[in-house]
Amino acid sequence: MTPDQPAVLQSGIQPRPSLWRRLDAMSRRGLPGVFTALSILLLSAPFDLPGQAELLPGVVLSAVFFWSVFRPASMSSPMVFLLGLLVDLLGFGPPGVMLLILLIVHGLGLSGRYGFARMHILLLWAVFGGVALAATVLQWGLISVLALRVMPGAPFVFQWALALGVFPMLCALFTIMARTMANPDRA
Amino acid sequence: MLIPLSIQSRQALDKLVLPLLVVMALGIMLLGQADRALTERVRMGVADMLAPAYGLIVWPQERLHGLYRRMRDMTRIEAENERLRAENANLRHWYDVAAALADENAALKAHLHWMPDPSPSFVTGRVVRDTSGLYARSVLLAANVDAGIHKDEIVLDASGLVGRVTEVGGRSVRVLLVTDVSSRIPVTLEVSHGAAIMAGDNSATPRLMYYPQDNGPIEGERVVTNGEIDSLPAGLPVGRVHYVRPGQPVVIPSASLDHLDIVRVFDYGRASVVAPDAPGRIPLPRPGNSLVPSFQSKVGRG
Repeated sequence: MTPDQPAVLQSGIQPRPSLWRRLDAMSRRGLPGVFTALSILLLSAPFDLPGQAELLPGVVLSAVFFWSVFRPASMSSPMVFLLGLLVDLLGFGPPGVMLLILLIVHGLGLSGRYGFARMHILLLWAVFGGVALAATVLQWGLISVLALRVMPGAPFVFQWALALGVFPMLCALFTIMARTMANPDRA
Repeated sequence: MLIPLSIQSRQALDKLVLPLLVVMALGIMLLGQADRALTERVRMGVADMLAPAYGLIVWPQERLHGLYRRMRDMTRIEAENERLRAENANLRHWYDVAAALADENAALKAHLHWMPDPSPSFVTGRVVRDTSGLYARSVLLAANVDAGIHKDEIVLDASGLVGRVTEVGGRSVRVLLVTDVSSRIPVTLEVSHGAAIMAGDNSATPRLMYYPQDNGPIEGERVVTNGEIDSLPAGLPVGRVHYVRPGQPVVIPSASLDHLDIVRVFDYGRASVVAPDAPGRIPLPRPGNSLVPSFQSKVGRG
């Protein structure tokens, strides 16, 4: 059901791989990463929205998890590394924490992708809930250890709840994107 | 692929990428703990790059907010006029009192040969980004590097203490708010004359600690800074005491910390105030020097 099957498996006449077509395919392949980077920048911008800081980890976790499961070519490990670096540079927490967590979530998504991709969306949501819970607990633990102080847990629970809430919406958006704008086969 | 590789070695390399990146992330975490100055420098560089863009985002918001405020004010102009007239009459009375007191104060100081405090220089800046997250309460100011802002300077808004400058970049300055969990401000309670430490805990109301047990803070009394540390002069307004529950006094800050707009950064220049040498005083060991101070015993010589 993946929208981007290799070109060799698709029958029919293929257009010539001109420079323009290759650029188009490349930008479609890179769109998920660019979209995630833009949402990181926007969620760090001064909009004064309630819960803005807590929403950012949820959005990034959802994006990394979704694309790692459904199209790792668009969310490669170096891309995840760059996104994590961006989150850590824009925030003021201890550096490297979000980076490590994103890489772990990416690895989990990659290793389980053949099972995850065939799941029903509700089941996938539950899996993501577990992954996000583990990620949030790990984040809380790492920050507490690095700050040598036990951090209050309530904001992290709120952050996890937001991640859980935002995942289905982003799933719908990403599925549409994967079929249209971010589909390299449409180039 | 630039270098021709066999499929097996390419797959092996692909498998190595993620563990390598995880190791790099751990390295970044350790580096961030070991060299905080480097992290701060890199972050301020990124913030400097983004400061103009964030300024562009703030500007329309402020215009909209101002427009909304003006429209709201228009609807209740009558009541506002009434209130302002009453307040003006009240203030005129206080103005007379203040003028009389200022005259008296000047006369008394002249009698006492009072040494006037140096008047501080300040620069005014706009808050462009609230960098408060889960674990910090801080804001970024858009400020030019030529403004002469230094670390540890004091930031005030129109009504009270906001925080201290912790990092200075080329185009932006980070201010740690008094509500941050790592903020500790020595304060004086104006009515009970007790000294205390105001400790932030990431909530809107910092706690009061180490106040005298026999002379506790009084509900509603004013809290001002205490001039006991360098760079923070005495008598700056901080807020008012409030008891959340008995035995747990907090300070409600006067500054509107959740909607900071324009703030002033003061240079009190007190870091240059050095205590004079006292003869016979034991020199304190400086960090980095040898731990055992080398001093001669004044007792039992000869």
